[in-house]
Amino acid sequence: MTAYLKLDHIDKSFSRGAQVSEVLKDIRLTIDKGEFVSIIGHSGCGKSTLLNLIAGLTKVSAGAVLLEDKEVDSPGPERAVVFQNHSLLPWLTVYENINLAVSKVFGRSKSKAERHDWIMRNLDLVQMAHAKDKRPAEISGGMKQRVGIARALAMEPKILLLDEPFGALDALTRAHLQDAVMDIHSRLGSTTIMITHDVDEAVLLSDRIVMMTNGPAATIGEVLAVPLARPRRRVELSSDRTFLRCREAVLKFLYERHRFVEAAE
Amino acid sequence: MSIQTIEDTKVKAFPAKPAEVIAFTAKARRRFDPLAIAGKLASALLPPIVVIAVMLVVWQIACSSPTSSLPPPTQVWNEAYDLIAHPFFDNGPQDIGLAWRVLISLQRVAIGFGLAAVVGVALGALVGQSIWAMRGLDPVFQILRTVPPLAWLPLSLAAFRDSSPSAIFVIFITSIWPIIINTAVGVRNIPEDYRNVSRILRLNQFEFFVKIMVPAAAPYIFTGLRIGIGLSWLAIVAAEMLTGGVGIGFFIWDAWNSSRLPDIIVALAYIGVTGFCLDRLVAAVGAFVTRGTTAK
Repeated sequence: MTAYLKLDHIDKSFSRGAQVSEVLKDIRLTIDKGEFVSIIGHSGCGKSTLLNLIAGLTKVSAGAVLLEDKEVDSPGPERAVVFQNHSLLPWLTVYENINLAVSKVFGRSKSKAERHDWIMRNLDLVQMAHAKDKRPAEISGGMKQRVGIARALAMEPKILLLDEPFGALDALTRAHLQDAVMDIHSRLGSTTIMITHDVDEAVLLSDRIVMMTNGPAATIGEVLAVPLARPRRRVELSSDRTFLRCREAVLKFLYERHRFVEAAE
Repeated sequence: MSIQTIEDTKVKAFPAKPAEVIAFTAKARRRFDPLAIAGKLASALLPPIVVIAVMLVVWQIACSSPTSSLPPPTQVWNEAYDLIAHPFFDNGPQDIGLAWRVLISLQRVAIGFGLAAVVGVALGALVGQSIWAMRGLDPVFQILRTVPPLAWLPLSLAAFRDSSPSAIFVIFITSIWPIIINTAVGVRNIPEDYRNVSRILRLNQFEFFVKIMVPAAAPYIFTGLRIGIGLSWLAIVAAEMLTGGVGIGFFIWDAWNSSRLPDIIVALAYIGVTGFCLDRLVAAVGAFVTRGTTAK
């Protein structure tokens, strides 16, 4: 059986002059189509590097990223990224930001009217259609992140990559966006990989949680399946036994077995 | 000793007063808003008007003696009245109003500066984007940019064999350096995130240039353009003095040769005001174009 996305013995090291620092070592993971996988670990463990490798923004030192059995070595719209700081272009309106992606990806296959409908459909999906003519500076952080998600979804990616998408948001906005992401995932069934450092978020959203050991030479320490039925509701789950058990498992991994030691320079 | 005690008591009395005064102005501002605006306007306009008036008076006094080598303001007003009052008269090929001359000079600046803007932004983008282009071109640019504008003129006259294109070339070569250098800095400072967005979308070089690079570097580009337009206005006056023709620069040289000092003074005022307007024009266009990029 072949996996949808396969991370095959990936190593990644950065070299600065003669100094080589090993960031990731022997990462092995397979992800099925439609699965929601979170990658959790302490800061500096190479989570974002791993996401950049899957996105193709950085190249692997050894091993390979295989998407539908084809090797990934450069970035492309079929692996859309939602960046932590939204990365919307400030001189374009919300609509134009998404249009940039849509006209590049569907410039030939869709007519102008179809492209317009597609942009508006994606804006509706994140409930941002009302702000289509606003510039990023005129909308809140949570709204920017919604637009960032809409831009990624509008590329109709095979895999959606979320790089700590809610890290810079306040708790309430974050909860709203988590619900939005769950809703979108259930509607579109998009294969999603999310980087996070929030245990509750990981358990709430994921089918599986990939826990990373601390760097240097970080690797996958443990993979936890979250056997919770969907749709999930955060209020009900807060006292659910399975939820609490998963949460405890992740917390134990992070704070007992792989406690983050502040690097002494 | 007695004086000291008086001072002491004054100092003690002071703290009570300012508090009252502060409360008063706050109320007054809310009540008389139009007055406050008028006050602001006056505080902006009055100082330069006073300074100019004082300068004119000093100038008048200094140049009033019959042996004075320069004309006083009254003489300038009387002798050059035609030039001041009628900027748009046209009495044949070499006898035209100063506004026409300024427009002719501006036309040359427009061509030279326009070319410099296009070529400068393109070269700046190349230097900012490619480490090898920077290593190769940057030393050349750094040396060439220190060459004074007029030093290019003889070479340019030899190459073009005509005064008008030579003057335009001098403007081009003068104003291009700050445009190149600022564009390069702007391109180098494009956030990595924007580059990542363009890589994920697989934008080609041209799309990246038009859709990401130019808008992202626009604030820097306009800084370069603003310096460039100032330099090209400096260069055109000097170049026209040497190449002749009908521009404002040649007018000054011509007036000097026929000892019409008042005319020169009026022309200087025209040049100054025009240069100021050009600077503000580019700044205003820049502020309009980059209105989205500055606020993040």
